[in-house]
Amino acid sequence: MSLNEKAAEYWKANVRLLMLCLVIWFVVGYVLSIMLVGPLNNISLGGYPLGFWFAQQGSIYVFVALIFFYASRMNKLDRQFDVHED
Amino acid sequence: MDLKTITYLVVGFTFAVYIGIAFWARASSTKEFYIAGGGVHPIANGMATGADWMSAASFISMAGLIAFNGYGASAYLMGWTGGYVLLAMLLAPYLRKFGKFTVPEFIGDRYYSQTARIVAVICLIVASITYVIGQMKGVGVAFSRFLEISYDAGLYIGMATVFLYAVLGGMKGITYTQIAQYVVLIFAYTIPAIFISLQLTGNPLPQLGLGSTMGDGSDMYLLQKLDQTITDLGFGTYVNQTGSLNMALLTLSLMIGTAGLPHVIVRFFTVPKVRDARASAGWALVFIAILYTTAPAVGAMARLNLTNTTQIAAVGAPEGNLKYEDRPSWFQNWEKTGLLKFEDKNGDGRIQYYNDKNAAFAEKAKAEFGWNGNELVTVDADIMVLANPEIAKLPNWVIALVAAGGLAAALSTAAGLLLAISSAVSHDLLKGVFVKDISEKNELMASRIAMAGAILVAGYLGLHPPGFAAQVVALAFGIAAASLFPVLMMGIFMKSMNRQGAVTGMLVGLITTVVYIFVYKGWFFIPGTNNLPDNAANWLFGISPGSFGAVGALLNFIAAVIVSKMTAPTPEHIQHMVEDIRIPRGAGTATGH
Repeated sequence: MSLNEKAAEYWKANVRLLMLCLVIWFVVGYVLSIMLVGPLNNISLGGYPLGFWFAQQGSIYVFVALIFFYASRMNKLDRQFDVHED
Repeated sequence: MDLKTITYLVVGFTFAVYIGIAFWARASSTKEFYIAGGGVHPIANGMATGADWMSAASFISMAGLIAFNGYGASAYLMGWTGGYVLLAMLLAPYLRKFGKFTVPEFIGDRYYSQTARIVAVICLIVASITYVIGQMKGVGVAFSRFLEISYDAGLYIGMATVFLYAVLGGMKGITYTQIAQYVVLIFAYTIPAIFISLQLTGNPLPQLGLGSTMGDGSDMYLLQKLDQTITDLGFGTYVNQTGSLNMALLTLSLMIGTAGLPHVIVRFFTVPKVRDARASAGWALVFIAILYTTAPAVGAMARLNLTNTTQIAAVGAPEGNLKYEDRPSWFQNWEKTGLLKFEDKNGDGRIQYYNDKNAAFAEKAKAEFGWNGNELVTVDADIMVLANPEIAKLPNWVIALVAAGGLAAALSTAAGLLLAISSAVSHDLLKGVFVKDISEKNELMASRIAMAGAILVAGYLGLHPPGFAAQVVALAFGIAAASLFPVLMMGIFMKSMNRQGAVTGMLVGLITTVVYIFVYKGWFFIPGTNNLPDNAANWLFGISPGSFGAVGALLNFIAAVIVSKMTAPTPEHIQHMVEDIRIPRGAGTATGH
């Protein structure tokens, strides 16, 4: 692979990973916490109705996890395509 | 020791730390002044970003917003955290790789256009100045309420402290004070919350306490109990609300606005590597989440405590309401500030706190209980955090800590905003446009003068807050979302985006959003100049002015793509530049050249 092809492949892999993360971001923040909040509130998580929990707690935990997941997968991609720093 | 002495000691100690840092972390180069030398550890930067981000509004007002809106306030919780996902994946690593000092600098270089750079500077300054007014007000209010110093004198003390560490140390001084301020504000926020959660539910973790059963033997879940308590008094449900298109758009506008705010983005220029920028965004959100997941518990528990304070037995029972003369001491303390106000409308000497706007319940209360309207005529939402330690009967040092925490939250955000403003003036306008061959030494001097000027302007606006200060949130986030975020993202993800497209897009996003806000809020926020009343019936498709930023961003994207397709393609060297910022290798530390 030439340098340019490698860079292009790396970028494609990055965008694929990104799309996956943003789909999860959207599902948690908008689908579960806003669109489906009514039906989900019929399920409870301890004393939390589930939809309410996602909106005020769960979504934030998922956002944190998503960033670390993305960061660690990107570190792997950086090495795999030999574009890492140092 | 009495409360006042302890408060002076605690606040005085924290200020001494900030000033100590000012002398220790002086900036000796423009690189240190703009980006703290580029060597900040990603976890340290995450902590500084947490303080930079969490403002007086997050610390003081957000829990109150949740307390009185319940589920509906989730838009703010998700909006002000979910933006970091976008920042970590779409902007921070690439802007770090680009390796310059300011956000407008990236826009100017990427779109090979001074016009683009200047439009970006204008957006940055308008968004940051409106935002800083709220912080200055927060400083003045905290001083006047807790230290019994006048609002004006409090503001001067705050300005003088920021002056020391921001003018001497620039980003370097600001970074290390923000780390100290984060520690102060997070303890100040979580300690009262832990005690209140323990008292109500027996669970020390507020995040779990909110989902636990009440410790009063009723065996009900706290949220259930809260919902029942307030709906019995005619208020709307806390938990079982439904989402709406407007709520989704508000959440989205706050998210992309968060990701587009320059004072947050520049924090990621200070870490050594591209991969540090990604991780640092994660750490920032961890530190922010500690407060943001505690806030819902603080809000719900404070609402329950407040309601139970006045409603001591069954609703409608003759002995059901607290006698005014029996009111607790925190009640009396906050009456003095005017944030809590009682008016005995039915003359029975007892406090009736209920929703008299609910016509059916108000009628029933009048006919059956002899209630003549809600008697807590003022309950300022900010009390929910400020009075919390007193309501929970916590020792004086905790109350003093809350005062120091509120000040830390306001000062840390103000300093970050002031740095964004002053570097836009000295680096983007002065060096970038007017005096291109300025020496580094002179630029450093100019940046200190710009910082001093920015502090004076912010102080002036804090002393004479324009009437629109409360509308700031919609404006600052609207501008960041509709003008800055889209051009930054397209600059990285669309090689074909050219100068003409970006400038058009920025202007379309900016103008549509600002006009939409002015149509409902008044032109330049002058009361009475609005064209349409600001209520849901008049909003376009039910979209509130605060939620419009996401629509403005979409219009920005569309306009930019159409114009770029009709005009000359991006020059080759710019395409190479975009290819280069997409890969981490060769980042080096940031430079100003």
